[in-house]
Amino acid sequence: MSYEAFRQFADSWGLVYMFAIFAVVVALVLRPGAKKQADDAAQIPFREDR
Amino acid sequence: MTKLHGAIILGLGTLLAVLAAGFAADGLFRAHALIVMLALGIATIVMLRQVEFGRAPARPDPSAYMDDPIRAGAILTVFWGVVGFLVGVIAALQLAFPDIFNIQPWFNFGRVRPLHTSAVIFAFGGTALITTSFWVVQRTTRARLWGGALPWFVFWGYQLFIVLAATGYLLGITAGREYAEPEWYVDLWLTLVWVAYLAVFLGTLLMRKEPHIYVANWFYLAFIVTIAMLHVVNNLSLPVSLLGYKSYSAFSGVQDALTQWWYGHNAVGFFLTAGFLGMMYYFLPKQAERPVYSYRLSIIHFWALIFLYIWAGPHHLHYTALPDWAQTLGMVFSIMLWMPSWGGMINGLMTLSGAWDKMRTDPIIRMMVIAVAFYGMSTFEGPVMSIKMVNSLSHYTDWTIGHVHSGALGWVGMISFGAIYFLVPRLWNRTQLYSLRLVNWHFWLATLGIVIYAAVMWVAGITQGLMWREYDDQGFLVYSFAETVQALQPYFVLRALGGALYLAGGVVMAWNIYQTIRGKIRNEKPIAAPLTAGTQPAE
Repeated sequence: MSYEAFRQFADSWGLVYMFAIFAVVVALVLRPGAKKQADDAAQIPFREDR
Repeated sequence: MTKLHGAIILGLGTLLAVLAAGFAADGLFRAHALIVMLALGIATIVMLRQVEFGRAPARPDPSAYMDDPIRAGAILTVFWGVVGFLVGVIAALQLAFPDIFNIQPWFNFGRVRPLHTSAVIFAFGGTALITTSFWVVQRTTRARLWGGALPWFVFWGYQLFIVLAATGYLLGITAGREYAEPEWYVDLWLTLVWVAYLAVFLGTLLMRKEPHIYVANWFYLAFIVTIAMLHVVNNLSLPVSLLGYKSYSAFSGVQDALTQWWYGHNAVGFFLTAGFLGMMYYFLPKQAERPVYSYRLSIIHFWALIFLYIWAGPHHLHYTALPDWAQTLGMVFSIMLWMPSWGGMINGLMTLSGAWDKMRTDPIIRMMVIAVAFYGMSTFEGPVMSIKMVNSLSHYTDWTIGHVHSGALGWVGMISFGAIYFLVPRLWNRTQLYSLRLVNWHFWLATLGIVIYAAVMWVAGITQGLMWREYDDQGFLVYSFAETVQALQPYFVLRALGGALYLAGGVVMAWNIYQTIRGKIRNEKPIAAPLTAGTQPAE
């Protein structure tokens, strides 16, 4: 693969791929029902027992 | 692995170092081999003295946390902090008064500067990160550190890397790569240590008793994985001989420049930012005794930071031979980074909502809050400076130095101090620190030092940038370089003063930590107690 082709692939499909992953992550985090899970996870540092 | 096995391996290592010194191709490599021999030799003796013959070695309780490396790490973090700040003040004084500390060739400014940067970033910052990550990963997974004695190897292996890097700079061994000056054999050693670090961290995560992996561990893991990748690629090189210090980089020209700043900027992004954000997301909620403001925001903060940071490096190469599109790419991603950075800052600060009174009563919280505030400030300043128009004025001037220090002293330093003050009483089972008033002194000395440093460097940098670009009506440059240096001298003196205040704060911390470990409690008036209903003004 030439440098030009590689670069064009990176700044088109590569970019779309990265952005899609990020969009999925944000959607998963903000979906209804994630709040309860998140609030529970936020308590983890206070749960330690020796 | 028993201590006897450890002693045997260390003894064999000492022997190899003796052979390396004997067959060394040059004097500098021999000096380093002798330092390794000395370090491993001492370690062998210490290890041998701990071997108990004829008795089954006591097995550590697998349900208890492994805190011994964390204790050693807390002490060494404070030690390297004071050393790194001291070397910084020396370097600042060398710039202001070139004739003092003029011990050639070892204390030439060109050798003292990498000594300072590596001492603060890798010795102080790196030890703080390894130490706190060992604490956080155990407490948030409720599992013991994985790997038996492996965490000890990570810890002392990293310290050996620091000693080799530091002595190398003073001897004149350098690969000449910004923030990656150690030569090929030290790089290989660090790679080995880092892989072990990754194994310990991942192993502990896999053994976790808590189903969810707390977000602080994500940041620590991103720091470990990315630094491994950056370190290996940036340091690809070919040694001249097997037992000589010199090597040549695999890259050249503009590709080399871009590789170095891809590494250099992500050392800032993943070492000095992601790692310390891991610290913030654990220690700030713990000290404030309330969960992080928004856990969901912290996850978006994580992914946005990870996706954006890696592209920002080219902003270090504006107006160079680097292709224009790459420069613009670096600039645009730097500006986009402002969003996750401020999301994280707001998340940190809002954790205190409903508990702002702790700012008045708890100097440790004060320290963590100013750290987050400086995180927000320097992550605003950085994107501004990455804009090409601004960069044409700010690049190569002291403004950059000021920016780096508001991030390093303000964010990295302050959040680490907060974590150390949190950890030490718990690690040594003390009810409290030796003195909270000394923490307050540390806070003000350090804050004042940073403010002086950053303000002075703004003025110096803009003066410098404007003088460099001043043309007369004939089209000639108005000022020679030496004239700009002369104009900056007063600022150089003031910068040394700011650094000295920060160093003084570090010394106060060292004393406070030392007394806390000894179990002393200073007889002092308590810092303002929380307000009670009775003391509120009448309605």
